[in-house]
Amino acid sequence: MAEPLLTVRNLRVEFPTRKGTLVAVDDISLSIAPGEVLGVVGESGAGKSMTGAAIIGLIEPPGRVASGEILLDGRRIDNLSYDEMRKIRGKEIGAIFQDPLTSLNPLYRVSRQLVETIMTHLDLTVKQARARALDLLKEVGIPAAEERLDHYPHQFSGGMRQRVVIALALCAEPRLIIADEPTTALDVSIQAQIITLLKRLCSEHQTAIMLVTHDMGVIAETADRVAVMYAGRIAEIGPVQDVIKRARHPYTEGLMGAIPTIGGRHELLTQIDGSMPRLTAIPEGCAFHPRCPQAHFKCHTVRPDLIGDASHSASCWLMERQASGSVGADAGQEGGR
Amino acid sequence: MTDALLKVDNLVRHFDVSPPWLNRVIERRPKSVVKAVDGIGFEIGRGETFSLVGESGCGKSTVARLVVGLYNPTAGTLEFDGIDISSGAARARNRGAQRRMQMIFQDPYASLNPRWRVTDIVAEPIRFNKLVSGDAAIRVRVGELLEQVGLSAADGEKYPHEFSGGQRQRVSIARALAGSPEFLVCDEPTSALDVSVQAQILNLMKKLQRELGLTYLFISHDLAVVYHVSTKVGVMYLGRLVEWGETEVIFNAPRHPYTRMLLDAIPDLDMSGRARTPVAGEVPSPIDPPSGCAFHPRCPLATDRCRSEAPKPVSVGAAMVACHAVEENRLPEWHG
Ligand SMILES: Nc1ncnc2c1ncn2[C@@H]1O[C@H](COP(=O)(O)OP(=O)(O)OP(=O)(O)O)[C@@H](O)[C@H]1O
Ligand SMILES: Nc1ncnc2c1ncn2[C@@H]1O[C@H](COP(=O)(O)OP(=O)(O)OP(=O)(O)O)[C@@H](O)[C@H]1O
Ligand code: SF4
Ligand code: SF4
Ligand SMILES: [Mg+2]
Ligand SMILES: [Mg+2]
Repeated sequence: MAEPLLTVRNLRVEFPTRKGTLVAVDDISLSIAPGEVLGVVGESGAGKSMTGAAIIGLIEPPGRVASGEILLDGRRIDNLSYDEMRKIRGKEIGAIFQDPLTSLNPLYRVSRQLVETIMTHLDLTVKQARARALDLLKEVGIPAAEERLDHYPHQFSGGMRQRVVIALALCAEPRLIIADEPTTALDVSIQAQIITLLKRLCSEHQTAIMLVTHDMGVIAETADRVAVMYAGRIAEIGPVQDVIKRARHPYTEGLMGAIPTIGGRHELLTQIDGSMPRLTAIPEGCAFHPRCPQAHFKCHTVRPDLIGDASHSASCWLMERQASGSVGADAGQEGGR
Repeated sequence: MTDALLKVDNLVRHFDVSPPWLNRVIERRPKSVVKAVDGIGFEIGRGETFSLVGESGCGKSTVARLVVGLYNPTAGTLEFDGIDISSGAARARNRGAQRRMQMIFQDPYASLNPRWRVTDIVAEPIRFNKLVSGDAAIRVRVGELLEQVGLSAADGEKYPHEFSGGQRQRVSIARALAGSPEFLVCDEPTSALDVSVQAQILNLMKKLQRELGLTYLFISHDLAVVYHVSTKVGVMYLGRLVEWGETEVIFNAPRHPYTRMLLDAIPDLDMSGRARTPVAGEVPSPIDPPSGCAFHPRCPLATDRCRSEAPKPVSVGAAMVACHAVEENRLPEWHG
């Protein structure tokens, strides 16, 4: 199997706050191979964006990477200087942020922003860069791209702005793309177009992608593996079909049950009652236990690490019963690949 | 028939997006206008949820912004509970009407003041509408609202940047609810939320509707969500409504070829290998829309008439449809 392009080991991200230290990402390990898409889903506030931000070295102070390592192609990148990291960002790692405003400057025409970014990373003339910018806008499905190129961000619709951000992230052909909710504001048809584009990058250029999204349909269609996050940790990780069809963690099960479907009208949608704990007050034992229908004694006191086999594991004590006898030794690490 | 709370008639909004005057002269470029909303009309009954769906850029947010008065219409009328709110002047005369509506924006980042604490953000409509008096009472009410959207009362002390994307979206929902509106315009209110929190919020919105009779104009690209929340659905294409009517009818017996295409494009969770039918063709530009029926370049049923004559909406059963094929009775069966 291919060597991973990205390896994250025991990552921990902290924020000192008035109420004590908030652990936004707690001991996360994962890896992505070239040409692979790792989907990341989970409760709002679980630490998905923070994990992505840590990988590209953009955690804003007072937040900080408290421990762990991040390797790109076997090389540590979590301890690089600001300038070294800036060279990697954009060129080696492309980022699509959840918040399009952090990537787009409202005062500049879209053409200027694209051309500048392209010229920073690729050795092209202004004219060539402009042609490439135009191609990119077409690739992400902006109609009348020639005319749109010189518009300001506010003249685009929400979904169009999101696509401009995608074009920006792709412009230097990075080897790793961190895509944080790239398709949230997009309708199904444009979504399909973006997904096809991302998949083509994976197969033709061996691009690795970390895809954060709430849309299980998108995950099912795009991702090879999926990690489910809850309260700063990985609750479950495995091949996408296994996780969707044979969820092992009760939180994943609840999440799958809450997906609305067309047909069969219920008055109310299924929800997981209660809410995620505050990250400054994560309960002892399993962080999900106050909401878990299957919580038992051990869950209240001892925190489960990832248990399971090489490909599919969950941090839940129920796994111990199911897999009695099978390996659980790799706990704390993502199952090997 | 329920009485209409909002009446929209022949609403139009164009944007001038011409290059600067000098470029136009030098490069001989013409003036260009985006026909973002180009003549749409619908009614929302009291206590109902009317949803707008359609591809990115078709004009949904523009309709929402016209309804709450953030844009003035180029033409057409808007009436809220019998009160004319079509222009800025009319709204100024009827501030009472304005107070009865709130909006949840598509982009929660842009709509929250970064320098205010969340408590003050959520308290603002309470103070403005003088719903609760006394700082302590206001703080209690804000705490309640934050808990209703799945945050904790203590989160009120934080600033917007201390929240994740979905948490910020919930702050803007709490703020919209704080004004105790009768009418709520929700532009992609749950798109940044995971499905479980989304279910909590949608259930809360339904509960408030049942208990307080709220009326919603709802925008979402997630058709399953739309199916769950809506009483009626309107399908937009390039600034116009092409089909609208009862939710069950639109989803179970769609007639317009575009509506059918949208429903066929819904991704499949089972991933049984069935590739979803991609929506064929490119979205045309609202700057230079196709002649006749704007959908004709992508429509499998297009004829010469479609290329030259814009179809007028006709009523078919419980829905309105603007399509020549429907009118000419040459529509294939829907696979259902
Ligand atoms: N500047 C900050 N100060 C303190 N806490 C923060 C800050 N930024 C984020 N957090 C907290 O860190 C946690 C993780 O945030 P993150 O943005 O990674 O969530 P997420 O999983 O991406 O959620 P969403 O799906 O809502 O975008 C959140 O609970 C949030 O409240
Ligand atoms: N202030 C503006 N100036 C110029 N053009 C605009 C402006 N606001 C919107 N438009 C244009 O009007 C059209 C409709 O935009 P709108 O935001 O209503 O789309 P939408 O249906 O909400 O799309 P999305 O699903 O992507 O949010 C788009 O072509 C957009 O570029
Ligand atoms: S460890 Fe216990 S509380 Fe946690 S998810 Fe598993 S069964 Fe539920
Ligand atoms: S009017 Fe013609 S082109 Fe338009 S949707 Fe109907 S059949 Fe298709
Ligand atoms: Mg996020
Ligand atoms: Mg919009």
